[in-house]
Amino acid sequence: MNSVILNAATRILVPLLLVFSLFMTLRGHNDPGGGFIGGLIGSTAFIFYAIAFSTAEARSALRIEPEQLAIIGLGLALLAGLVSIVFNEALFTGQWLFLGASEGEKGLPISSVLLFDIGVYLVVMGGILALVFALEEEV
Amino acid sequence: MADDHDDEGHWFSLPGLLPPIIAAGLFAAFWRALPTVADGGSIRHVTQWVPGMGVDLSFVIDGLSLTFALLITGIGTLVMLYSARYMAGHPQHDRFSLYLTAFMLSMLGVVLADNLIALFVFWELTTITSFLLIGFSHASGTSRRAALQALLVTGAGGLAMLAGVIVIGQVAGTYELSEIRAMGGVLRDSPAYLAIFVLIVLGAFTKSAQLPFHFWLPNAMAAPTPVSAFLHSATMVKGGVYLLARMHPSLAGTDVWLWTLTIFGGVTAVFASVVALRQTDLKQTLAYTTLMALGTLVLFLAAPGGYAITAAVTFLVIHSLYKAALFLMIGCVDHRTGTRDAALLGGLWRKMPLTALAAALAGMSMAGIPPFLGFIGKELLYKGGLESTASVVFVILATLLASALMFAVGAIVALKPFWGRAENLSERNSAKGEAPWQMLVGPLLLGGLGLYFGLFPHWLQDNSITPTVAALLGDPAQAKELHLWAGVNTALYLSGVTFLLGIILYLWHLRLRAGLTRIDDASFSFDRGWDAFLVGITRCAGWLTDRLQTGDLRQYMLVVFGTILAGLLLVIGRTGLNVQIPPLPDLHMKQYFVVILMIAGTGLAVMTRSRIAAIGGLGVVGIGVALIFIIYSAPDVAITQLMVETLVVVLFGVAALRLPVLPSREQEGARWGHAALAIAVGTTVSLILLTVTNGTLDLRLTDYFAAESYPTAFGRNIVNVILVDFRAFDTFGEISVVVVAALSAVALLRQGGKHAKSQSRTEEDRT
Amino acid sequence: MELLLSASVGILVAAAIYLMLSRSLLRFLFGLTLISNAANLLIFASGRLTAGAPPLIPEGAYAPVGDVANALPQALVLTAIVIGFGLFAFSLVLAIRAYSELGTLETSNMRLAEPRPDLRPDPSTATSNETSAG
Repeated sequence: MNSVILNAATRILVPLLLVFSLFMTLRGHNDPGGGFIGGLIGSTAFIFYAIAFSTAEARSALRIEPEQLAIIGLGLALLAGLVSIVFNEALFTGQWLFLGASEGEKGLPISSVLLFDIGVYLVVMGGILALVFALEEEV
Repeated sequence: MADDHDDEGHWFSLPGLLPPIIAAGLFAAFWRALPTVADGGSIRHVTQWVPGMGVDLSFVIDGLSLTFALLITGIGTLVMLYSARYMAGHPQHDRFSLYLTAFMLSMLGVVLADNLIALFVFWELTTITSFLLIGFSHASGTSRRAALQALLVTGAGGLAMLAGVIVIGQVAGTYELSEIRAMGGVLRDSPAYLAIFVLIVLGAFTKSAQLPFHFWLPNAMAAPTPVSAFLHSATMVKGGVYLLARMHPSLAGTDVWLWTLTIFGGVTAVFASVVALRQTDLKQTLAYTTLMALGTLVLFLAAPGGYAITAAVTFLVIHSLYKAALFLMIGCVDHRTGTRDAALLGGLWRKMPLTALAAALAGMSMAGIPPFLGFIGKELLYKGGLESTASVVFVILATLLASALMFAVGAIVALKPFWGRAENLSERNSAKGEAPWQMLVGPLLLGGLGLYFGLFPHWLQDNSITPTVAALLGDPAQAKELHLWAGVNTALYLSGVTFLLGIILYLWHLRLRAGLTRIDDASFSFDRGWDAFLVGITRCAGWLTDRLQTGDLRQYMLVVFGTILAGLLLVIGRTGLNVQIPPLPDLHMKQYFVVILMIAGTGLAVMTRSRIAAIGGLGVVGIGVALIFIIYSAPDVAITQLMVETLVVVLFGVAALRLPVLPSREQEGARWGHAALAIAVGTTVSLILLTVTNGTLDLRLTDYFAAESYPTAFGRNIVNVILVDFRAFDTFGEISVVVVAALSAVALLRQGGKHAKSQSRTEEDRT
Repeated sequence: MELLLSASVGILVAAAIYLMLSRSLLRFLFGLTLISNAANLLIFASGRLTAGAPPLIPEGAYAPVGDVANALPQALVLTAIVIGFGLFAFSLVLAIRAYSELGTLETSNMRLAEPRPDLRPDPSTATSNETSAG
C-alpha cells in the first residue's frame, strides 16, 4: 500500500506500539497486561509496518526471523521453568530475588516469572508475525 | 530348515557366551534360595512402582515360583549353550541371543511376580519376545504367519486376563497375590467369580494352547529348534499352567473350575496325542506331545486333591526335562542329517551314539518306563485320576489313552531314527558323525536327570514337589510321596495296560497314520478357520469404514454435532434442568446494545454472500464479546480479545484475495435439516448455561488464587499470576501449541503451490 | 443478564453449527471462529458475572478488597482465545493450500484422501471378480 499518510503515521506509531507492548508486558503482573497482550500488541506494530511499506521491509526491520523469535521465546519460558530445579523445587515454581531490598523497601524484583512472561511475549509475537508474513508473501 | 548358515562359524563369541553365562548365574542365584523354600519359607522383594494405584514391582519366591525359576534358568543355560553352537556363524546371532535372553527374563518375571499387574506386564513381554523368536526367520512367510498367529492368539488372551486382573483388584482391593491368597475365599464368594474365572482361564488357555486355541503351538515350530526346545518345554506354554496353579488357591474348588478344566484338559490331551501320531515331521510330533502334556496338566489342576496336585507338579517337572532333551536331540539330528522326517530316518546310532543315548533316556522318561521319573509321574497321574471328584472314568480314560499314545510316540521319536531301519534315507541325508559337544550336553544331562530323579526321588521331593504342592494347597502334608515301587495297586495295573496298548499302537502306527491323515484332511481345520476369521475381521472393518468414512466433511460434522446433541440430552435426562427465567432486571442500555450488536453480526455472517461482509460480521461479533469482557470486569481478556479479533480480520482480509466467492443460497440447497440441528444444539447449550448459572459454584480454587496471589507470588493481577506462576506449566503447553501452529502453517504456505495446474483441472471438473 | 447472555451463546452456537454444515470451506471457517467465541463466552459466564470489579489487588492490600470477579475462568479464556487464534490461522492456511492444490473449496469435492466409494477402484471386488472368473 502506498499512502503517504499511512507511511508517515506508521513511522511514529510503530515505535510507540513497541514501547507500549513492552510496557504492557512488564506491568502485567500487577495491572492488566502480560505477555499474551504485549505480544499481540507488538505483532500489530510490525503488521502495520508490513502493510505500510512491504513485508520484506518489515522483516528487515525486525532484524531476526520471526520463527527464531518464537523459538527463543519458548526456550526462555522453558528456562524460567527449569530455574526451580536449582533450588530443588517442582518445575515451574516461581523464583524471586529482590535486589536492594531492605526494611520497608521492597527493592527491585527479579523473577523467573518475569522471564516466563517475556518468553510468552516473544512466542506470541514471533508466531503471529511468522504466519502473517508468510501469508502476505504467498498472496 | 530356514537357518542355513555357516556351520564353521565361531561359537566362542560374545552373543554365543553371554546368554549361557547370564542364565547360569541366575540359576546359581535361585539355587541359593532352595534351603529357605524347602523349609517352607518364602522370600519377598518389593520395589515401589506406581504406589498411587497399588501397583508395585513385588516378587516372591515360594515353592511354585522357585520350581519354575530353576527350570527356566537351568534349561535356559543348556539351551543357550546349545544355541551358541547351533546358531554360530548366523548373521543375526547377536539378535537371536538378545531375544532369547529377553524372553528368559520376562518369563522369570511372570513366575516371580507377586503383583498381578506386574505379572500381566511380564506376561505380555513373553508374548512379544516369543513373537520375535517364532518369527526369527523373518524372510520366510511361514515364520511370519506363525509368529503373528501366536501373537494375536496369546495377546488376545492376555487382554482377557488383564480384564480379569482388574476385576480381581476391584473385588479384593489389592493386586498383591499373597494378600489375595491370605483372604481365603474372597474371590470364590464374590458375585464376580464367574467373570473372573472366565477371563483368567481365557488367558491361561490361550497361552497354554488348550483346545480350541491350540493351533498356534504346532505352527510356532517355525522357530529355530533351540527356541522350540525352550518355549515348549519349561517356559512360554507353561505360562498358562503357571497362572492356573498360581490362582489355584484363590479360584479352585468350585464346580465350574473342576468341570471346565477337566473337560478342556482331557479333550486337549487325547486330541493332541492322536494328532501327534499322524505327524511325520519329528518336530511337529513333539509339538503335539507338548499339547498333550499341557492338556494333562490342566486336567490335573482341576481337582483339589493331594494326589492330583502332586501328580500335576511332578509331571510338570518330568515333561520339562524330557521335552527339552527331545527337542534338542532332534536339533542335533537335523543339524547332522538335514532332515527331521520320521519316515526317512533310521539306523543313526552307529554314527551318533551319544545322541542316541540322550534320545533313549528322554524317550523312556516320556514313555513312562521304570525306573525313570516318567514312570513315577504316570503312577501319580493314575492315583490322582482315581480320586478325581469330577468323573473318574473320564479322567482315567483320557490319561490312559494319552499315556499309551505317548508311549507309542516316544518310540517313534526316540527309537526309530536310531535303531529303526533306514528305509528311504538318501545319501545326502546320512549322518555326518556326532553333534558337537555344546549341543550334546543339554540332551544328555536332561535325559540323565530323568533317570537320576527316578532312582532317587527324595531330593526332588523335598526341594521342589512338596514346597510347590504346599504353595498350591497351603499344606505341605498334602504332598504325596514319590515312589518307584508303590506296591501292587490299581495304578500299577493301569500302567501295565498302558504299556500293552502303547506297544500295539507303535506296531500299528504306520497303518494308523494313514487312516488318521485321511480323517484329519477331511475334518475342520482350526488353522484354516483362523485364516477365515482374520479375513472376516478385515472385511467387516472395511465395510464399517466405508459406512463411516464417507469422505464428506458435512456428514462428519452432522455425526459430530448429532452426537453432541445426543450426549447433552442424555446428561440433561439424568440430572434435569434448573432453569429459572428471572424477570429481566433493569439493565443498562449498554448490555442490550452489546447483545443486539452480537446478534446482528452473527446474522450478517450467516446470511451474506459477500466475503467482506461476512468477515465484517465476524469482527462485530468479536468486538461484542470483547465488550462483554469489559463490562464484566475482565480487562486482560478484553484486550486479548480485541487484539486477536483485529488479527483475525487482517488475516481473513489478506486470505480472502486468494479464496473463491461464497456459494449462493441456490448452490447450498435447502438446509432445513441443518438449521433444525443447529437450533436444537444452540437451545440446549443455552438451557445448560442457564442451569449452570443457577447452581452453586465451587469457588475453592478461585479463593485460593485470590488469597495467595500477592503473599506467595508477589503479583497484584490475579489473572496474570495464574497464567505465569500458578499454572505456568499449562501456559507453557499453550505457547508450545502457538509455536507449532505457526511453524506448520508457514511450512504449508512455503511448500510451493501447483496453482496453474490445479486451476485448469478445476475447469475440467466443473464441466 | 445471565438470561440474555445464555440466549446469545445459544444463537452463536446455532449460527456456528449452521455455517460449519455448509458446502463451502470458507463458511466452515466462519463457523469455527464463531464457535470459539461462543465457547469462550460460555466458560466466562459459567464463572459468574461481576460488573465493575476486576480481579486486581489494590496497592497496600494483601488480598482483593470486597467481591471481585472470578479470576480463574478469565485466565482459562485468555489462553483459549490465543489458542483459538492459532487454530483458526492454521485452518485458514490449510484452506488456502487446499484451494491452490485442488482448485475448489467445496467440501464434497475435496476427496484427495478419501475418494468417493463409487468412483474408487475397489480392491476387494476386483479380486472377487478374478476368483469368480477363474
